Amino acid sequence: MSGAASGSLDSRDVGSLGPRSAVGPQLQPTLDELSRPGRGGGKIPHPPADALAGIPASALRDAPLALPELNEPEVVRHFVDLSRLNYSVDGGFYPLGSCTMKFNPKLNEWAARLPGFAQLHPLAPDALAQGTLQLLWELEGLLAEISGMRAVTLQPAAGAHGELTGILMVRAYHESRGDHERREVLVPDSAHGTNPATASMAGFTTVEVPSAPDGGVDLDAFRAALGPRTAAVMLTNPSTLGLFEGRVVELLEAIHEAGALAYMDGANLNAILGKFRPGAAGFDVMHINVHKTFSTPHGGGGPGAGPVGVGEKLLPFLPSPRVLREDDGTFRLERPGERPTSIGRVRAYQGSSGVFVRAFAYIRAHGGSGLVEVSEDAVLAANYLKSRIAGAYAIPYERPCKHEFVASGGPLHEATGVRTLDIAKRLIDKGFHPPTIYFPHIVDECLLIEPTETESLETLDAFAEALLEIAAEARREPELVTSAPHTAPVRRLDEATAARQPDLHWRAMTGAESPCPT
Amino acid sequence: MAYGPHTPADREAMLAALGITSVEPLFADIPVAVRADGLALPEPEPELELAARLEGLAGRNRVDLASFLGAGVYRHYVPAAVDQILLRGEFYTAYTPYQPEVSQGTLQTIYEYQSLLAELTGLDVVSASHYDGAAATAEAALMAVRATRRRRVLVSRAVHRHYVETTRTYFAAAELALEELPTTADGTTDLAALADALADAERPVAAVLLGQPNAFGLLEPMAQAAELAHAAGALFVAVVEPVSLAVLAPPGSYGADIAAGEGQPLGIAPQYGGPYLGVLACREALVRQIPGRLVGRTTDLEGKRAFVMTLRAREQDIRRERAASNICTNQALCALAATVYVACLGPHGLRDVGALGAARARELERALAAAGAPRLHRAPYLNEFAVHVPDAARVHAALLEHGVLAGLPLARWYPDDPQLREALLVCATEVTTTAEIERFAAALAAVRAGGAPADRTGSVAAAGTPASVTTAGGAS
Amino acid sequence: MDVPEGLRYTDDHEWLRIEGDTGTVGITAYAAEQLGDIVFVELPEPGTALSEGKTFGVVESVKAVSDLFAPVGGEVSELNPALQAHPELVNSDPYGEGWMIRLHLADAGQAEGLKDAAAYRELIKAG
Repeated sequence: MSGAASGSLDSRDVGSLGPRSAVGPQLQPTLDELSRPGRGGGKIPHPPADALAGIPASALRDAPLALPELNEPEVVRHFVDLSRLNYSVDGGFYPLGSCTMKFNPKLNEWAARLPGFAQLHPLAPDALAQGTLQLLWELEGLLAEISGMRAVTLQPAAGAHGELTGILMVRAYHESRGDHERREVLVPDSAHGTNPATASMAGFTTVEVPSAPDGGVDLDAFRAALGPRTAAVMLTNPSTLGLFEGRVVELLEAIHEAGALAYMDGANLNAILGKFRPGAAGFDVMHINVHKTFSTPHGGGGPGAGPVGVGEKLLPFLPSPRVLREDDGTFRLERPGERPTSIGRVRAYQGSSGVFVRAFAYIRAHGGSGLVEVSEDAVLAANYLKSRIAGAYAIPYERPCKHEFVASGGPLHEATGVRTLDIAKRLIDKGFHPPTIYFPHIVDECLLIEPTETESLETLDAFAEALLEIAAEARREPELVTSAPHTAPVRRLDEATAARQPDLHWRAMTGAESPCPT
Repeated sequence: MAYGPHTPADREAMLAALGITSVEPLFADIPVAVRADGLALPEPEPELELAARLEGLAGRNRVDLASFLGAGVYRHYVPAAVDQILLRGEFYTAYTPYQPEVSQGTLQTIYEYQSLLAELTGLDVVSASHYDGAAATAEAALMAVRATRRRRVLVSRAVHRHYVETTRTYFAAAELALEELPTTADGTTDLAALADALADAERPVAAVLLGQPNAFGLLEPMAQAAELAHAAGALFVAVVEPVSLAVLAPPGSYGADIAAGEGQPLGIAPQYGGPYLGVLACREALVRQIPGRLVGRTTDLEGKRAFVMTLRAREQDIRRERAASNICTNQALCALAATVYVACLGPHGLRDVGALGAARARELERALAAAGAPRLHRAPYLNEFAVHVPDAARVHAALLEHGVLAGLPLARWYPDDPQLREALLVCATEVTTTAEIERFAAALAAVRAGGAPADRTGSVAAAGTPASVTTAGGAS
Repeated sequence: MDVPEGLRYTDDHEWLRIEGDTGTVGITAYAAEQLGDIVFVELPEPGTALSEGKTFGVVESVKAVSDLFAPVGGEVSELNPALQAHPELVNSDPYGEGWMIRLHLADAGQAEGLKDAAAYRELIKAG
């Protein structure tokens, strides 16, 4: 494995970047290919010649730094042109099940960039941080009400991180009660991959319990698997099939009777705002994906954040430091050692406040009534979309879905040889980002479709029509579908070679020898 | 509704298509016993009012003091182009690049980030996936445990406290041993103690972790520590600060197998704690152990060069309970900020940032020594160091009144160390001005002489914050 | 679907070729096809003791991962050195160049319990 050859821009094979045109997205050279010695400068003043005199030579870099040299116009053009190769919510519909790709409000970008928020150092004394501390404290309260939980921690930096934090608290809870036998975590077979991975990281074994034919938990199977070795059950509700767990009350009872705790994966919270509050229903802990339900941007894969709500049992174990409100109305962080039962830190400092400014703004913009409307519209849109495509795609679960639903490309595959992967790629040609595919694993040739509440009826109809067209194409001229996409900046990629012979960075450049440009 | 497009007519049309007259039936499967009836939250706030509310909150933060606070998060000048690029919706509202055909923008920027960090660290494999320096450090330690199949890790007490505490939390769950190595009087890791700890044949060590610079700002004997670690069959992990790598020897050059650290200094604002960018890099031989997303270069079926997430079968969605980590994110937008920052500055600019910080730090050292606060340690530093200040906590609080944020009282991180109880950890960067340094020195002299600030308008108390400011509360 | 005679097969789609008290193990063409392009094979060190049905490694394709199960007990004597650089051999020649490990058999009689080619063909026809 190595960096691949990087030639100069002139000698590169033009064909390897595709045909050029005046408008439209263009494939781009990499920064090293654009670099020319002597470009750049004008950003930072020059240091004095003896700036590094106090440092022993052995600690200093001896080879010159080999990074790309570009001027600002080239940098800007490079990244602007790269951005045009991306599909994005701002550009189009992303019906990705389980991701909740809703609109990212622009006020939130403005707010997060206010210097008062953006320039505050995380170790600044509490007195200097009253604005952010108040925002975080208030946000905890808003999320506690939404989730029906007693308290919320904003420390975890992502949903999976929240899962780990939650399960670590479960572990601490059982340990505190002297119960060291509970080494198992139960998950339904439809669980998102992070659930069992989290259990493993926290030192537990995962026991997978099959789902019932109606898509819900198999209560008998769960009861059989529950016992004195069960630390927790991790449930997503609505499930990853988009179905509300109608047997949730019985399941929670069984879990607690077995002495275990109930963890709710909050990835699908967009379906149940104001309709179901997990803590109030009996869940002991849950994580929330603010980049899903609360609109913080996905950013191409991150950063998100994963606050965790807890009920009474896990309150003592929350990560430290918590945000506290004093009687005089000021706010402060918990001091070290102030709450010895805490599981400690799961990250540096106290949380991704930049993300939380956005989540806070989103929740305040909607208020209680607005959030209920969000769920009602999300659920209505999903059911509507399901009804529009039900003729051409198999719908494994007949009952009303929540904010997302599964469809199966199985029968179409049987009849035409066209797979869900091909349908997904052909949707790109129709101008849409594909939905989630092949998840959850329990549905054959699965499509998991989640429109969210911020897509217009016209968009929903256009998407439904595209899917219906593709089903027709699959029967009429399947080649068109199986060789899709045709109109994207690149066609299907050789992922096998990418994995067999990984090329993870450009070949090392020559060090910047030229004198610093003035 | 704030952002939803549906009019009553739209809703009616959808309901009609479903043959229902309200959304009730769609929620009927929620058992009555657990059905909620709305949310007890404030009323919706129109944008105009919400904007004022947010401005008010931001205004209650004080970011106008002359700040010498580093301790893992550093103020740097970020070229204006960086935020302009980050504000492009095509980048920040894009999803994880699972469909590479329509995500070449994100994928290529991650590949470029990997390449830039490979050069800075001198290591081949870079993952963009980690939440912050603490999580990256914990993952680095876990990687070493997996690679060596040993269950004991040694970390210097001079590695960032939060990174050590986080690693401890992750280790407790996996029942692994994390031991701290002492530092010597000169502030660097005690290599004799390291050699001793490595000598226990009954308890072989998976990894040795040192910071460069360390948490006191000092330069450590990395090559020697690496040698000791390797001689005992352990891996060597360097915990690094990426801007410093423009001037300091990269981890790959002194024998580090893995490098971890915080990428915030590369163009990401402090934001009171995040979101940040955990840096994690390793030698090629460890590629199967590194958790998180990797982007590789390949071709499409017409031979066009393209980028794709690769080595995916290591990850949680495929391996599930056998995955090395549960990590799902890939901090792509933060990695983009770092990439644009480095592209804007180039090798000369980035080196100038590092060198200017060092020059300002020397100025700071001289000014503080003249004001009666000499350096605590003797080992060399880059741009951060500890100064001896009796009654440091009280002095720090008093300096706030003079409009100076005098670094970090080290008692907060090392409460049981009598030497560090009388110390402040201060730093300078290329944005630190001579005027700020002079202000700090003058204020320090005044506080030590028992004087109150002549000009109280800049003081924190004058801003209306209650007297609790003088108890110097704050993050641990 | 290629199912050579003379080999023994497991329900998990491994094949076993016995020569004296040495067994050679790989995965079948059916398994390789199900997995897709193989990108990595993780195998145990020579000297590792395996028991029948115990996992001995992992095979990774672009989008999936699968455990490898020992058809019979024994001690690993050899790994296929070509698979490190050329995992695609498992796809192109699963019964030949794509072999995975050689075992010093503990008890050659264990192989009796495995399927023959005809029985394995039935299995994959049904599944």
